[in-house]
Amino acid sequence: MLSRLQLKNITTHHVGPVDLTVAAGTSISLRGSSGSGKSLLLRAIADLDPHHGEVLLDEVACLKYSGSQWRQLVGYLPAVSQWWGDNVREHFNDDIDHPLLSIWLKILQLSGNILDAPTATLSSGERQRLALLRMLANKPQVLLLDEPTASLDPENARCVETLIADYQSQHHCAIIWVSHDPQQCQRVATRHYVIEQGKLLLQAEGTWN
Amino acid sequence: MELITLSPWDLSLAALLIMALALLSFQMQLGLSRSIIIAALRTVIQLMMIGLVLKLLFATTHPGWIIFIAIIMLLAAGREVMVRQQRRFAGIQSFALGTLSLFISTVVVTVLVLTVVISADPWYTPQYAIPLLGMMFGNTMNGIALGLDRLTQTAWQQRDVIEARLILGQAPQQAIGDIRRESIRSGMIPIINAMAVAGIVSLPGMMTGQILAGANPMDAVSYQILIMFMVTTGTGVGTIFAVAMASRHLFDKRERLRLDRLQKAIV
Repeated sequence: MLSRLQLKNITTHHVGPVDLTVAAGTSISLRGSSGSGKSLLLRAIADLDPHHGEVLLDEVACLKYSGSQWRQLVGYLPAVSQWWGDNVREHFNDDIDHPLLSIWLKILQLSGNILDAPTATLSSGERQRLALLRMLANKPQVLLLDEPTASLDPENARCVETLIADYQSQHHCAIIWVSHDPQQCQRVATRHYVIEQGKLLLQAEGTWN
Repeated sequence: MELITLSPWDLSLAALLIMALALLSFQMQLGLSRSIIIAALRTVIQLMMIGLVLKLLFATTHPGWIIFIAIIMLLAAGREVMVRQQRRFAGIQSFALGTLSLFISTVVVTVLVLTVVISADPWYTPQYAIPLLGMMFGNTMNGIALGLDRLTQTAWQQRDVIEARLILGQAPQQAIGDIRRESIRSGMIPIINAMAVAGIVSLPGMMTGQILAGANPMDAVSYQILIMFMVTTGTGVGTIFAVAMASRHLFDKRERLRLDRLQKAIV
């Protein structure tokens, strides 16, 4: 199977060295206490911090792309989203696929009018779902999701899981999903990792309580 | 009309005004008394020295001396731009950035005006070159310092927003575009406002000086218009250049935001 995302010897701050391969169309879950280095690892993969080691997408090194090209291909969804424009639409690229976006909005149970809503009026749950959509609109090949359902109720969390599963089946993307909910990890990923003091450990089957 | 010469006694009386202000500041606990007195002393010493230098300089027209004075003014202004930044690029970079921006904007405009507009003979005649350079440096320095300070402060405060835009695949200059434009505006607005109120609210210092010295008011006005145009152009070009350079340097080759290149000024 094609190794879509490959990490070789990644070291950033106190994290690493990390070696990891995520095949096309597969997902891994990642957990770890706060400060363990989850976000630092995701930031290094998105090439946001200086780091050592190599990240490859479909066996092409990150350095072959410019930073901005790379981040369009490797979509990172931070735990907290930022909104700088007056309305939601300004945060999407101009060449956005509107029919597809309206399907996505429906899956997430968001109204189509929300694109014209002032960002100041959005709830935290709406922000989280819209941040996912503006990232998916770039058609990334890899998704780095940092607790993408943290501020959602269980029903809306399931909608997000459905949308990401749909997207994955169409684009065969590789996904790293950070979650603290063991059941969610079981639902969305096939391999489960934990970060402890900057070291990435594969969790044996059956260690979940 | 003859210029009334001010005696040291006259200036001592004026100094009482500053002393009174320092005393007021002390009583109100503004924490400015020291700064007021030091700045006042600097004004006296620096202006006395430049007065002596100009006196010597006007006796000669050797271009070497004028270039020497211009370089000292440039370096002093570059240092001033640097120390006014609350967050500045580490090491020599901050000084180099300010000084280069000052040099490009000021020297080009001043030489152009001296040769083409005023047509002094020779063009570096110190009576024209030195005051023009001084006014250019003084004003351009303000614009550059304001623009750079705004840029680095806002980038620091809005780092999460800039990174969020990078994360979505925007190029660095797009991600920081709003902040860059806002910083250039804040550097240029004071001088544009000064042009807008010149003659109505404020009588510009140079013009006032010429009138005090007995010049025909219309001649003084003509020079003031020339100075206003020079200074505004210099400030605009210098601020645009400095902010553009600095906003590039906030990112590295991998298009990452690198605020670790800034350091906080020790106040």
